[in-house]
Amino acid sequence: MRSLQRTSPVFPAPRRDLVRDSSLVWLASGIVGVSFGAISVAGGLPVWVPVVMSLLVYAGSAQFSAVGVLLAGGGPLAAAATGLLLNTRTAAFGLAVADVIGRGWAARLLGAHLVTDETVAFTLAQSDPLRRRAAFWISGLGLFAVWNVGVLAGALAGGALGDTARYGLDAAFPAVLVALVLPALRTDARVRRCALLGAALALAVTPAVPAGVPVLLALAGLALYGRKEAPA
Amino acid sequence: MNATVALILALAAGTYAFRLVGPALHGRVRLPQRVHDLAAAGAVVLLAALLATGALTENGTFAGWARPGGVLVAAALAWRRAPFVVVVLGAAVTTAVLRAVVPGAA
Repeated sequence: MRSLQRTSPVFPAPRRDLVRDSSLVWLASGIVGVSFGAISVAGGLPVWVPVVMSLLVYAGSAQFSAVGVLLAGGGPLAAAATGLLLNTRTAAFGLAVADVIGRGWAARLLGAHLVTDETVAFTLAQSDPLRRRAAFWISGLGLFAVWNVGVLAGALAGGALGDTARYGLDAAFPAVLVALVLPALRTDARVRRCALLGAALALAVTPAVPAGVPVLLALAGLALYGRKEAPA
Repeated sequence: MNATVALILALAAGTYAFRLVGPALHGRVRLPQRVHDLAAAGAVVLLAALLATGALTENGTFAGWARPGGVLVAAALAWRRAPFVVVVLGAAVTTAVLRAVVPGAA
């Protein structure tokens, strides 16, 4: 008799360590989501605005910027433009993880919506293709759920949370990126060169240009990538 | 349709279109190996730039010392191959302690 045990090619068995590492990102993002909901409602927006925006836009930095522009009286057009400018980077991220998402149309359409900074970093930090696929879906689906629940909770709670900066949570996102990007920077000298130039460019122009532009300008760092692998 | 609904829909549609470019093209257009390499390197470059600006700046100006202090601790822990949990919590705790203890650390 043949074994009934089967493995799905699309959703490999979840790996416990991937879930464990993801859950920390979920926790930090959930708390940021709570503060997004709370800030939006405290600023005078109705509860449905942050909640619907989180479900449909699902991009933390763009949402904060769009709501910030709205609450500062900049108008919906400026708010949309700022958010879109910040999200142009997701096109590059989508290209980078396209082979991980797979070829089925349901996977492509759903996977595209789950492309965020955190999930892409978490995915690319894994070594083999199967782990990458598992990491993408575990991180992506979990983050989507936690982010939206967090925003709803924050919007309903309003200003009761207090200042989240007190807990040092604003350092968690860059720290997540440090943990995920450092191995790639450490092993690949070409990528390291490009990343250092890109980060320096982004920092240099930050005071002078609108939000979203510095990170895009960082791509100019790819000029140092070179045509071929340097001989060892 | 009011202006806020239009804003949300425009931002959502534009963002989804950006995100869909890569997955939609995958397997249909044969991209040269070099484009794949550059996309992978570009993703790391973007993440490193987000890391640098996220660690050091807030609304276009310096974020104060507490946050980069925490991120620096995270970098040291990650360099020594500490577990992911330790790296992230190390940053948050360091930043929170710096804010609570050092006046003006922001």
